[in-house]
Amino acid sequence: MREIDRRSKYDRRVFLKGAAVTAPAVAIATSTGLGITDAWADEAGTLTPATMKTLLKMARDIYPHDFLGDSYYISAVKPWDDKAAKDPAVKSLINDGVARLDQEANERHKMPYAQVAWENDRVALLQRIEGSAFFQKIRGDLIASLYNNKEVWPRFGYEGSSAEHGGYIKRGFADIDWLPKA
Amino acid sequence: MAKFDLNDSGVVVIVGSGAGGGTLGNELAQKGIKVVILEAGPRIENQDFINDEWDSFGQLAWSDMRTTSGSWRVHKDFPNIPAWIVKAVGGSTVHWAGASLRFDEHEFKIKSAYGNIPGANLLDWPITLAEMEPYYAKAENKMGVTRTNGIPGLPGNNNFKVLEAGAKKLGYKEVHTGRMAINSEPRDGRGSCQQIGFCFQGCKSGAKWSTLYTEIPKGEATGNLEVRPGSMVIKIEHDQSGKVTGVVYADETGAMQRQKARVVAVAGNSIESPRLLLNSASSMFPDGLANSSGQVGRNYLRHMTGSVYATFEKSVHMYRGTTMAGIIRDEAKNDPKRGFVGGYEMETLSLGLPFMAAFLNPGAWGRSFTSAMEGYPRMAGMWLVGEDLPQETNRITLDPKEKDKFGMPVASVHFDDHPNDVAMRDHAYKQGAAVYEAVGATVTYPTPPYPSTHNMGTNRMSEKPRDGVVNKFGQSHDIKNLFVSDGSQFTSGAACNPTLTIVSLAIRQADTIAGAMQRKEI
Repeated sequence: MREIDRRSKYDRRVFLKGAAVTAPAVAIATSTGLGITDAWADEAGTLTPATMKTLLKMARDIYPHDFLGDSYYISAVKPWDDKAAKDPAVKSLINDGVARLDQEANERHKMPYAQVAWENDRVALLQRIEGSAFFQKIRGDLIASLYNNKEVWPRFGYEGSSAEHGGYIKRGFADIDWLPKA
Repeated sequence: MAKFDLNDSGVVVIVGSGAGGGTLGNELAQKGIKVVILEAGPRIENQDFINDEWDSFGQLAWSDMRTTSGSWRVHKDFPNIPAWIVKAVGGSTVHWAGASLRFDEHEFKIKSAYGNIPGANLLDWPITLAEMEPYYAKAENKMGVTRTNGIPGLPGNNNFKVLEAGAKKLGYKEVHTGRMAINSEPRDGRGSCQQIGFCFQGCKSGAKWSTLYTEIPKGEATGNLEVRPGSMVIKIEHDQSGKVTGVVYADETGAMQRQKARVVAVAGNSIESPRLLLNSASSMFPDGLANSSGQVGRNYLRHMTGSVYATFEKSVHMYRGTTMAGIIRDEAKNDPKRGFVGGYEMETLSLGLPFMAAFLNPGAWGRSFTSAMEGYPRMAGMWLVGEDLPQETNRITLDPKEKDKFGMPVASVHFDDHPNDVAMRDHAYKQGAAVYEAVGATVTYPTPPYPSTHNMGTNRMSEKPRDGVVNKFGQSHDIKNLFVSDGSQFTSGAACNPTLTIVSLAIRQADTIAGAMQRKEI
């Protein structure tokens, strides 16, 4: 069978292009061989760096894929800063939502949500706000902003557009080789 | 190409250019009858289709405001997208998967076959399979349906091979790559399937039949058919005698136009068609046109649907190749011993990663969801599609508050599953999972219905005017020059995909309209 190369060959190109991820700090971190630092969050103009980092943690806890680095989640949540800049209602939805989440965390763990160490404990906090407009907005947006990112597709073994490659007629539409003989 | 005057009262106006409207338009044009098709959406040709689920949805889907109510899960998950259908020339034949099956004999007479079922509004069709057979044959030939007319079946893709192996282990007998209106070899000036996938996003190669590049250009070539894209019909008008005289529509610029007509045929799919009849209410017809029975908008059918996805130890890559070329037909029979009347088909189905995220379990999050998503390349999938029972309370009404940009009330879609639908779905989920478990699935996912792709029944055919909206030719009981030409005329939905029957009815209706025009009856 023709398998998909799932290595993250796209990461570097994307960062350098800066198109999908509008975070030069990430690009610098990557191109200098360093890990991703918190610098990407400092670039936010409307939301605070702490809020951006909380959104990142939320995104990872809502749709946790351990084989995906933070960069994919950062590109999914980063646009909230722009949206908040353009729409005060979005800004307060996020700020109020994060404040409530941190309040839930402080009451139970004496620390903000993003610092709670175990995923299970953070998920329990998210479940407390699951019905809120804030949570639903963040979750609903992630369905597209995370899974509709073309750079993510190969990591999940999905090949995307095929017509320009002549379809799959010569590229393994019927190459399954492990089924029991019918 | 023909261009008809707005004041030409000799034309047949068809509202919609999909399986019903597009076919009817070509058939009439071939007979020398002047036709104007008013299509609400734009004209988008093959090469502009997009192999990307969300981008294509934005390009093709009918996303105008609609509202919903009822206990169906679509109301909760997608409250303003009750249906996944197309707003473009070609209508939903741009998006359809190509499955082209005939009804069984009993599916034309379910009241006789199933008896009285509480909560259901069963009725026999005023036509029989025997009457439909010659038209089914014409439709299959026109559309180039595989396994008919000597056309070979499509080759099976990986997703089909998994389905087939599981089905055989389970002892199912009727398993094959389907009767598909997708060329397995070049035919009718169109090439053969390139196994692109993305059948739902518009077939870029044109191997799949769509009125967009078959019926419509053929009709246009006669000089008798004019298609006006971007033309949203607002209202059908009538004279003092009660005959329809034309339609008012918003053209591409949004300006209101009045096209006169000798005959009006409504083919806007089963949500918009009743909406248009209801929005055309007048002092003479206060409940809407063709609605003396009160049945316009009622008996909305959407099929019992659901999907089963299954994850295996090794790769499947289900998205490669023709989306729906695979079927198990053994459960399509009516066998009430299973705990429900009617039957269902199991058909291969795949979604790309973006739509899998959106539809696998809408609203779900956390590790159980992401673990399912991580199995994506090792997944196989099938769609379950079966007969749902007509209920008077499942209906399209005019929303009391929401209006479109032309000030007309939008459609509101109410749907509750009948207990028979629920029993059938439970059975289908169990059998679907068993098919995959038979060949080593490690986990199976009973996936809830998507927004409706099969919309039917809201202007149904009946022998007696009090039971329905149109007669056996799709002609309204109340107004003899007003016809319904889409799936909304279905008296019941059968187990199988509806397009072949819509096309067959349109071919038959063209004979009726041409004959009646010749005899000056209309």
